[in-house]
Amino acid sequence: MDTEDRRPAAIRVENLQKRFGEVEAVCGVDFEVRAGETFGFLGPNGAGKSTTINMLCTLLRPTGGRAVVAGYDVATQRDDVRREIGLVFQDMTLDTYLSAAQNLRFHGQLYGVPAARLETRMQQVLELVGLWDRRDKDVSTFSGGMKRRLEIARGLLHSPRVLFLDEPTVGLDPQTRASIWEYLNELRHQEDLTIFLTTHYMDEAENCDRIAIMDAGRIVALDTPQALKAAIGTDRIRLETDDGAAAAAAINRNFGLEATSAGGALVLQVPDGERFVPKLLADLGVPVRSVSVTRPTLDDVFMTYTGRTIRDAEAAPGSEIPAMFRGRR
Amino acid sequence: MTTTVTPLPVADVHRPPSGLAADLRAARIVCHRELLRWLKDRRRLAAGLVQPLLWLFVLGSGLSRVVNVGPGNVDFRTFLFPGVLATSVMFTAVFAGVSVVWDREFGFLREMLVAPIRRSSIMAGKCLGGAIVATSQAVVILALAGLCGVPYSPVLMLELLGVLFLASLSITAFGLLLGARVANIQSVMPVIQTVITPMMFLSGALYPTAGLPTWLALATKVNPVTYAVNPMRHVLFTHLDLTPAAAKVLDHQLTWGGWPVPFALQLVMLAALGLVAFAIAVRRFSKTD
Repeated sequence: MDTEDRRPAAIRVENLQKRFGEVEAVCGVDFEVRAGETFGFLGPNGAGKSTTINMLCTLLRPTGGRAVVAGYDVATQRDDVRREIGLVFQDMTLDTYLSAAQNLRFHGQLYGVPAARLETRMQQVLELVGLWDRRDKDVSTFSGGMKRRLEIARGLLHSPRVLFLDEPTVGLDPQTRASIWEYLNELRHQEDLTIFLTTHYMDEAENCDRIAIMDAGRIVALDTPQALKAAIGTDRIRLETDDGAAAAAAINRNFGLEATSAGGALVLQVPDGERFVPKLLADLGVPVRSVSVTRPTLDDVFMTYTGRTIRDAEAAPGSEIPAMFRGRR
Repeated sequence: MTTTVTPLPVADVHRPPSGLAADLRAARIVCHRELLRWLKDRRRLAAGLVQPLLWLFVLGSGLSRVVNVGPGNVDFRTFLFPGVLATSVMFTAVFAGVSVVWDREFGFLREMLVAPIRRSSIMAGKCLGGAIVATSQAVVILALAGLCGVPYSPVLMLELLGVLFLASLSITAFGLLLGARVANIQSVMPVIQTVITPMMFLSGALYPTAGLPTWLALATKVNPVTYAVNPMRHVLFTHLDLTPAAAKVLDHQLTWGGWPVPFALQLVMLAALGLVAFAIAVRRFSKTD
């Protein structure tokens, strides 16, 4: 779409840095988020994702570099930035004493949504997250997933240009996580909105248009999920045959590939496995019992760029930065 | 090819007016939330009334037969009345201010702090809300004035309400300041016990301040709450027919080094103390890394 390309970037970050005393949490990152895209920040805990998002949301002052969000500088035009963004934090920030509608009304008034528009807008966002029927119920009666949906609705209430979601599904069970993503994908279609999110769930990163992988305060890779996976190259084909040794020899002879045997099956790595399988079956000459193709996952991508799985990276001591801005202060 | 940059089709985000009008507006919204929470919380409503009733009708009635407050025939409950009003307002207002610790612990403070409004408006809203809550609770006690030998004079009631409201504002600001320094909910009760309870006892809310030992008299004079209790008592006793001797004891003139502190100056002190507490609290909440 030509028109979309000409819109100014929703977020532009140049050499952004943040240090806490001795610890360099974010060591000079650069990236751009296009208007209308869903941009994921992926990395283990302590990689600097939350610190970066907090700087973009004007909650932390950068110690170096520059960031422009929705056309405003996060260091010098904080109130302008704040008016243009919606925020959903890792930790709940609802008043559980109040009803869903009271929470939204408070937010709408603080952000200056005109009274005439507030009620219709409230209905829109509450319907979007499936909570319109429960608008007058106290938030204390809500489940974790409902609270999270209400926070997403609240983040959208003042029609922000960029919605920031910091670990939007952390602490939720897999089913609730899936339903949150259903709502998020729905709102991407309904609202003209740029979404910036952090996550350390690999499967959630697949929902993004583009992903930046962050490790130890640096961006180590940035592209579409498909391109990142493609860059790793190979698909894995697992093959069960009646005669493993004969099949391995045939593969070597006909395709020049080394197959390794693992658990009674043969495993080989090829680029574009789905197109390879028909040729393989046609030319192998050995009866095949089953075949499966595994595409590389973002887990593999993370592994390739950092040398660790995301779990290992989290377990590693010394990779932690101060748990900034979690409830306190 | 067109070179015009297409702006994002922004939904009609209304730009609230900036400056004082915007600050007041934000304060009003925060204040409204305080009131909503108060009205929803019946237990807090009731709890706010139990203590003053105990003071007045249990302690007051119990002691009125043995305590002879100065010369003249003044019921101990009458003497106690302004002190109990002040005490009630004090606890309600301090809690309203300290509630910012709950806001912080449960995350809602963050929702307010990230809004495009000044932090002083948030704090002003909390003060205003706390003051309205504390004054409203005191109105219930005011309604019982007759049972304590206090006349229902409209002028007296209005004057008392005025002083109560000013005191509530200042004390809520003080509560905010405490809240800014208290790290978590668990520390709130100990702080109330070690800071607020002594302030209540040292304010002369429960006994006449005439003829106190020097150390106690001094402690009373440096206690900010004294500047809330003393004006209230003064307002009340000027509306009662007291003998000069009784007035001297009951409506004891506050002095600084022998200089009688005028009523108006006491009120100014009360307001000033509140403003200082407010300013420090705002500064503490405005710190950003």
